[in-house]
Amino acid sequence: MAETTMTHTSQMEPRPAGWRGIAADWASDQRAFKNVSWGKAMMWIFLLSDTFIFGCFLLSYMTARISTRVPWPNPSEVFALRIGGSEIPLILIAIMTFVLISSSGTMAMAVNFGYRRDRRKTAILMLLTAALGATFVGMQAFEWTKLITEGVRPWGNPWGAAQFGSCFFMITGFHGTHVTIGVIFLIIVARKVWRGDFDTGRPGYFTSRRGRYENVEIMGLYWHFVDLVWVFIFAFFYLW
Amino acid sequence: MAEATANGLGQHALHAAHAPDAATAAVAHAEVHQEHPIKLYLVVWAWLFILSTCSYLVDYFGIHGYLRWSLILIFMMLKAGLIVAVFMHMAWERLAMMYAIILPPILVLVFVTMMVFEADYTLLTRIAFFGPGP
Repeated sequence: MAETTMTHTSQMEPRPAGWRGIAADWASDQRAFKNVSWGKAMMWIFLLSDTFIFGCFLLSYMTARISTRVPWPNPSEVFALRIGGSEIPLILIAIMTFVLISSSGTMAMAVNFGYRRDRRKTAILMLLTAALGATFVGMQAFEWTKLITEGVRPWGNPWGAAQFGSCFFMITGFHGTHVTIGVIFLIIVARKVWRGDFDTGRPGYFTSRRGRYENVEIMGLYWHFVDLVWVFIFAFFYLW
Repeated sequence: MAEATANGLGQHALHAAHAPDAATAAVAHAEVHQEHPIKLYLVVWAWLFILSTCSYLVDYFGIHGYLRWSLILIFMMLKAGLIVAVFMHMAWERLAMMYAIILPPILVLVFVTMMVFEADYTLLTRIAFFGPGP
């Protein structure tokens, strides 16, 4: 059924460029995204909905920060670490940023080697990505512990506006959860790659469908999104 | 780049240039694989490191006011753009998909504007009833 309804781009007439092309793609009885597989399109739509969730978190943070009469705690000082006798501002967050960007880099390489059917390199790079992600979560746990021992609670903190704690725990907690879920799925997909599931066409455990190397790219989309969200959190929560 | 990916034919031609076997596979499955040279990813990776360092230095040197905010926003948008365009391969996707995914988040800016007005109003009422901050 899926095969017969699929629109083959090779037989399709060329589309006009720009908006007219978009209207032609969406018009009448057909697949809107043509040569984009359903798996990838659905992951993108999921990520779009996730964008709104994180957007709402950042929006409520903005609203809380603008509307409070009490000064907002200075993140530069709150997240400073004492290394070698001097206070370095925001250093842990900077390291976390680099760790997450590196994991995005290794993931992009894994996708590339996946399409080259290099099972070994793909699996190793995915596991490296998972390790970097786990490192990130570990550093976040350290950061949470440090702040909690310093007296930050969702209802107050020693330095200023009470909303700081609730915003911090909600935003970074939700992001950390995403990273954790990503690490778990990275390990699952890496195992499939290593075993050669995408070469032998072994049916998936839940879906009973045969996977393809595109699954690595779809996994990559999720992982890059986690990195993308961190870019916004880093800018708005830690630097602003 | 948008012109090149605007139609299916253009997209196939684009991929034929990158990898001949991917192009034939794409015709068979009518779905396009994203295969690009490794160097591209390394260059983007390096740029992400540079941009992250720049945004960290904004805080390290304690730049304040409008210069700080505009620098933060510029580095943030450049990083986000690189991740979405290259790492997530959005630059090579179909235009219909690009618009479907990228336009809705931009509309969140309307919500942002509304909440800025709302938050300002809340602050004004709080100052009017409780006096300026402690």
